[in-house]
Amino acid sequence: MLISCEQRYVYLNITVYSLLMRKPSKILIGIIGLMIVIVGVLAYEQYLRGFQKSIIVLATTTSTYDSGLLDYLMPIFERKYNAEVHIISVGTGQAIETAKRGDADLVLVHSRQLELEFVNSTYGIHRVGVMYNDFVIIGPTSDSAGINGLANATEAFRRIADAGAKGNAIFISRADKSGTNMLELSIWKRLGMTPSNKTQTWYLEAGAGMGTVLRMANEKGAYTLTDRATWLSFKNQLTNLKVLVEGDVILLNPYAIILVNPEKWPQRNYKGALKLAKWMISEEGQNLIANFKKEDETLFKPLARDFNKAHELGFPEQEKEIAWYDGQNP
Amino acid sequence: MIENSFIEEILNITLLSLRVSGVAVLIGSLIGIPIGTFLGFRQFRGKRTLMRFVDIMLKSVINTFMGLPPVVVGLIVYLLLTASGPLGLLGLLYTPSAMIITQLIMVVPIIIGVTMSAVGSIEKAIRERALSLGASETQAAWLVLREARMSVLTSIIVAFGAAISEVGGIMITGGNIRWVTRTLTTAIVVETELGNFNMALTLGAILLSMAFVINLALTILQLKGAKR
Repeated sequence: MLISCEQRYVYLNITVYSLLMRKPSKILIGIIGLMIVIVGVLAYEQYLRGFQKSIIVLATTTSTYDSGLLDYLMPIFERKYNAEVHIISVGTGQAIETAKRGDADLVLVHSRQLELEFVNSTYGIHRVGVMYNDFVIIGPTSDSAGINGLANATEAFRRIADAGAKGNAIFISRADKSGTNMLELSIWKRLGMTPSNKTQTWYLEAGAGMGTVLRMANEKGAYTLTDRATWLSFKNQLTNLKVLVEGDVILLNPYAIILVNPEKWPQRNYKGALKLAKWMISEEGQNLIANFKKEDETLFKPLARDFNKAHELGFPEQEKEIAWYDGQNP
Repeated sequence: MIENSFIEEILNITLLSLRVSGVAVLIGSLIGIPIGTFLGFRQFRGKRTLMRFVDIMLKSVINTFMGLPPVVVGLIVYLLLTASGPLGLLGLLYTPSAMIITQLIMVVPIIIGVTMSAVGSIEKAIRERALSLGASETQAAWLVLREARMSVLTSIIVAFGAAISEVGGIMITGGNIRWVTRTLTTAIVVETELGNFNMALTLGAILLSMAFVINLALTILQLKGAKR
């Protein structure tokens, strides 16, 4: 023990001497210099990247992304216009909030109420219908709430709530202010209900994207409201679930594009956003949307140039907006 | 059939992860090691009560920050970098730079904390000896740092491990954009959400093997250090 201690001190003395002989500051400066050079090169590379291509930031809902639509559409657009589309895939509420803060160039969302709020706040401009599909109520194949085949979504929700109160059913809510969540809440509102996880044990607030909620519903044998596109892309993995209610008018699900007002956020890529929006509602974009299929089922139906349908789905000024977009030359 | 684009994407994701965490740790070391050394030295010299109080407070704060929740860091960086935030004009949100900043804030306290305690534990013996042998203060500091290099190295590797496995913060500030800000961890989240468990597991395996290689290197270095 003593010897090793001695050795340690001898060793220490040697180190001290050897280090004092050398000039350690040079090594230090060398290492730090090298680090700074590496960081600088990376930062410069990052800086250059920004100028190569027009970058368009699209804030959108999980349904357009999770269904694979954007991964199918965007590469075509990117090639054609030599642009780069950065997709932020979140709920409609968060997508609009992102755009309002000036962190996105345009949104592709589906909640009429939130869209109108966005446009009324003057942060969003030129709201135009792009496509639509519908929502379906899915639930366990055993259908403990007995809603299978109902044509009325509100009635189906009532039965789920009743069965839930008796402990026979579970409903999972997205609870993330997404378009799907907003519609779900509006249906509960029609029943005069504001269900909450706090008071109702049958109502689970997941705070998650559509894919996650579908998987949760599958595990728990629960009911939930989903857009058809996400349902179709996940159907194979969800063996315990099936579509129980569909076809109600209130379950129609239109998607809108809204540009971020360049007067509010002049530093945003307004031109790029306009290009992308224009392309999405062009004949080409609309045809591509119509041809996007999963297992031979169409996921989204084109809406931009189907004016009657657009009026019906809450776009009273569709002709005017389409004419405006067609007249733009970004 | 494994498609080319699949491999290309995994490669892209892995390289981005390494780059973001690597740069964060690199800058973090440049900031953290000098501060950690400085604070380590202060330990035995607080003669006045006030100085000692400041010293203790500072160190407690750093130790708290060593366990900073990444999501909170992400939120704060998001609020700073958002276009309507104070640093919005830089346009850094949803870029790899934003992710580097997020991880940097996480990593610096770890490096400071570990360096500080390593330097603090050997500072007295070596410094006095060096000074008595005629070294200047800077030389003495360098010597102490050299003696503490194993611990400093450990701090860097621990910091890198924390950075590369972090998900909450970079998800918020990077936006998880495919090909641009999607890292190993955020990709695992997305692929799990999409039900692509194969892809998620592949990415998980890459993350794990990277952690293993790093720890292997650390262990070898430590054994080498102990032998001498």
